[in-house]
Amino acid sequence: MRSQAGSRRRTAGRTRTVQTPSRFRLADLASEAIAGLLQRPGRSALTVLGTIAGIGGFVAIVALSQTAAGQIGKDFNVQDATQVTVNDTGARGGSANPTMDFPMNADALADRIHGVLAAGVWWQVNFQPTVSALPPSANGTKVGLPVTAASPGALVASGAQLAAGVLFNQFHEASAQDVAVLGKTAAAQLGISSLVNEPAIFIGGQPFTVVGILADDPRLPQLNLGVTVPESAALHLWGRPPSYSAAQMLIHTKLGAAQVVAEQAAVALRPDNPKLLTATAPTNQAQLKKSVTTSLNAVFVALAGVALIIGAVGIANTTLVAVLERAGEIGLRRALGARPRHIAIQFLAESTALGLFGGLVGACLGVLVAIAVTISEHWTALLDARIVFAAPAAGAAIGLLAGLYPALRASTIEPADALRR
Amino acid sequence: MTSASDEPPVIQLSAVGYTYSGPPPVQALKPTDLVIRHGEHVAIMGPSGSGKSTLLNLLGLLDRPTEGKLEIDGIDLGRASERDRAAVRARHIGFVFQSFHLLPHRSAVENVMLAQVYADTPRRQRYAAAMSALGGVGLTKRAHALPTELSGGERQRVAIARALVNRPSLLLCDEPTGNLDTAATSELTDLLGALHGQGTTLLVITHNPVVAARAQRQIRIRDGMLSEQGPALPEHPELPEDPWAQEDPWVQEDPGANHGERNGGSHALPGG
Repeated sequence: MRSQAGSRRRTAGRTRTVQTPSRFRLADLASEAIAGLLQRPGRSALTVLGTIAGIGGFVAIVALSQTAAGQIGKDFNVQDATQVTVNDTGARGGSANPTMDFPMNADALADRIHGVLAAGVWWQVNFQPTVSALPPSANGTKVGLPVTAASPGALVASGAQLAAGVLFNQFHEASAQDVAVLGKTAAAQLGISSLVNEPAIFIGGQPFTVVGILADDPRLPQLNLGVTVPESAALHLWGRPPSYSAAQMLIHTKLGAAQVVAEQAAVALRPDNPKLLTATAPTNQAQLKKSVTTSLNAVFVALAGVALIIGAVGIANTTLVAVLERAGEIGLRRALGARPRHIAIQFLAESTALGLFGGLVGACLGVLVAIAVTISEHWTALLDARIVFAAPAAGAAIGLLAGLYPALRASTIEPADALRR
Repeated sequence: MTSASDEPPVIQLSAVGYTYSGPPPVQALKPTDLVIRHGEHVAIMGPSGSGKSTLLNLLGLLDRPTEGKLEIDGIDLGRASERDRAAVRARHIGFVFQSFHLLPHRSAVENVMLAQVYADTPRRQRYAAAMSALGGVGLTKRAHALPTELSGGERQRVAIARALVNRPSLLLCDEPTGNLDTAATSELTDLLGALHGQGTTLLVITHNPVVAARAQRQIRIRDGMLSEQGPALPEHPELPEDPWAQEDPWVQEDPGANHGERNGGSHALPGG
């Protein structure tokens, strides 16, 4: 090459270097690839079946598992999963003979159970007293508000969030202080928005100091509407809860501990007579359903994966056969100015187009299957839109990979040999 | 013909040789000097295995010489990059093959347009240029026929249109009449003659003495060695002196028919 440089210069004035190189524009590439596939439409369609099955399977499985997860989510959430309720069976009582089967130190006893984050007893006071922000002698607004008795632990376990002030605590409980926590709505009704002046309210004429105003209470939403007072004060003023409004315990557990806590609660609270109490854990059916779905999914994903591999091998095989069959065409294209890379890219484009087509059809079929199942199960169909768009891209990627070797083979075919065939 | 010696060379071979690496190594083309100038019509004749195909592959830049220097239009291409060689094939060389090499699923005009893809002709201009090239070979009316609907002679004319559509400096024909009957051969020979008359540089490799007889220069090749046979032969090549004539199936089939067919033979095209 170097030795020729001088002679090149000698012929200066005619041609120096070759002008523009031969090209294979994107538009030409696309039309050549499509033309290549349409030459044998039947074969192209058969080749792409594996990809359609694989991609369609994936999309259907993802859609169905997302849909199923959506259904589970309707009944199952973390808040419910970490909540245990202990009820008084009322075995000893009746409306005529109110009982209280939770010990006074129930909060502390429940806290000892492994997995318990907070626990407390509460009940609805058995009458709806009038509540006023002014003494009974004054002519202020009186409203009927529900009054709830609760141990300090109940407010913690219920996840009470404060807008102002504090929750009553173990001190208030132990000394039966006449303090109250107002629900958000109750505070508005009573016209109390600030605790700066230590406002008092009168429940059935009995004064209570307001120590806190709730912003929200997710597990005991009824507390938002009324007044909550310490358990000890309620027992002292109004007596035991009746059986129709029996006391119950709310336990907030760690995630996954609810079942075990429920089994131990009655014994821990009343070792002398566990039968007085009964604990309810959240249903575990949802988890069962989910685990079944997951193991089924694994089987189907594996099947779809096998279909995809078969699809890729099919595309690779068909493309390789096409390369060998079309050796003459490859030679011709080289003679017409195609470079090896132009040949490689053409076959890559053909295999990629096959994969893309398979991905498109597969994604459509997968979505249709998922919708059909959803309709028959009366579910709400759920599918991440990204999956629908990713599926054809995945098909194209599979086609691209499958075409690598055939394309390499095609690009290394010697034009002189190929033209002789 | 005007004296071609004033024209610039299209092809210049300086001691170009080709040896198949083997084993054992075979010297298919012995070091050869050859100049083909613009506007020339050259026939290369030789028996099978004489090195014709090797020479054609070298001239068409489909293969690289193992020695010597090969220039086309003044560009040294023997050792040039594939990029440069492909560019020259796309724009400077037109190929016509014995087996036509038309893509079977594309119409005549689409086959012609294939050559414009790699030469990077703007897409809008392709159809008109391809139709014009087909018009040049008398196939305007058959432009949308598939190759299977065309006769052998028509197919070869499509191939010629494809070879000419990019206005190459050189038309390389490899046994262009090898698959044609006598009538089609005659028509094609006339077409090549007409193209030459229009200034196309033609290099035809052929077994057929009639085709060779139309060339200005006749070069014989045997055992990888070229020998020039002087000025163009008259109308009637002297077959008995051709030492390879008996190897030519065309001659064996119908000896002597080559004279009469050229003027008076049937022009019915098979399948056309």
